[in-house]
Amino acid sequence: MKKSWWKILCTLMLLFITTGGMLMQVPRKKILNETIRNSFFHVPMWFCMMALFICSVIYSIKYLRNQKLIYDIYAKEYARTGLVFGLLGLVTGSIWATYTWGQPWSNDIKQVSAAIALLIYAAYFVLRNSIPDLDKRARVGAVYNIFAFAMLFPTIWIIPRLTESLHPGGTGNPVADPRNMDAPMALVMWLIAIPGWILLGFWISSINIRLRKIEDKNLLHV
Amino acid sequence: MLELRQQYTFYGVLLYVASTIFVLYLAMQQPESTVWNGLFWMIQLFICVNAVAKSFLQESRGRMLYFYSIAGPVQFIVAKLIYNMLIMLVMSLLSLILFQLLLGNPLINFWKFVGIVCLGAMSLSFVFTMLAAISARAQQQAALMAIMGFPIIIPQLMLLMRISKAGFGEIFKEGAFSDMVLLLTGLDVLVVILAIILFPFLWKD
Repeated sequence: MKKSWWKILCTLMLLFITTGGMLMQVPRKKILNETIRNSFFHVPMWFCMMALFICSVIYSIKYLRNQKLIYDIYAKEYARTGLVFGLLGLVTGSIWATYTWGQPWSNDIKQVSAAIALLIYAAYFVLRNSIPDLDKRARVGAVYNIFAFAMLFPTIWIIPRLTESLHPGGTGNPVADPRNMDAPMALVMWLIAIPGWILLGFWISSINIRLRKIEDKNLLHV
Repeated sequence: MLELRQQYTFYGVLLYVASTIFVLYLAMQQPESTVWNGLFWMIQLFICVNAVAKSFLQESRGRMLYFYSIAGPVQFIVAKLIYNMLIMLVMSLLSLILFQLLLGNPLINFWKFVGIVCLGAMSLSFVFTMLAAISARAQQQAALMAIMGFPIIIPQLMLLMRISKAGFGEIFKEGAFSDMVLLLTGLDVLVVILAIILFPFLWKD
């Protein structure tokens, strides 16, 4: 029970987001209107994806340092949950874009980079599946994971700042423009929505990891 | 150490470059500058996949063992990087000349464009050398190259297409051009460093 405090916290946060987030006062903006509430769902997805991918890379590095199969399982499961959150982010973004920009896909630079990120991690799983040998799969997978991460993240952090975009924030901060939100809303997003979804991501991954550990029990002890 | 013995692959790629561009010429005649630019970089991409991928995928098991016995992983990957870079530089400059001859010359600022082409050839060859090294360890290597390579290279390719518009006389915002060039150079350095760090893990088999 002591260890599960963060799961309770996560549940409470997400309960608040799904109820309070829908009911609280939000600033009324042109075009955005009530869809601004999507910042409690769409924006945290990306934060969660990034947190999980960063974790995945850390475990890949750990694996290369001391070749323990358990780290490979961690890396893979974090990447998998991250991919799911990335997909959700893309879907929530497309729905939002349909009502604000008029179409689900408008070749915005951030949409493109999000799609690239997902393709890269999808390729990670294709690569893993194409190598039958366990140790080799783990090693090659880890190398690709680190390489892809190092290529991807500078570009998705830097390029959107160099070009113009439909997303708020424009050429400055690409995440969220503080001018669009009032204080309580920003507080809810940064303190409750984003940590809440990130916790959920780690929760899902930890369950998957435990499942994997049971499945591969005899492999891990040799 | 460098595999200059395999001259037939070199000429093969050379012929590939010439024939693709000739087919393009038959299909497009003289396209306008944006199309020209897009086509040019797409051709670079495919040349790179063809030229660089061969360097790892065609090595036989015996040859790899031989390399293994005479050189360390770092020397090996550095040699590969340099060799592929030179090949890509030659190929890109050659295809630039062919583009000029066959598809017309929309370039206004020729030497700037040449510089960008060299930079682009370097980035492409570095990234694909590393990816070829990774996919050489898996099955269905050629398909994997494309699956892994295209998403990773898209951001760089977009940047390259963007800055190569400078060659067509587009004026950039103050500092934006040098920013993007710096970013690309930085990425190249990053890839080389990563290749040197990570390749030893792929090496031992």
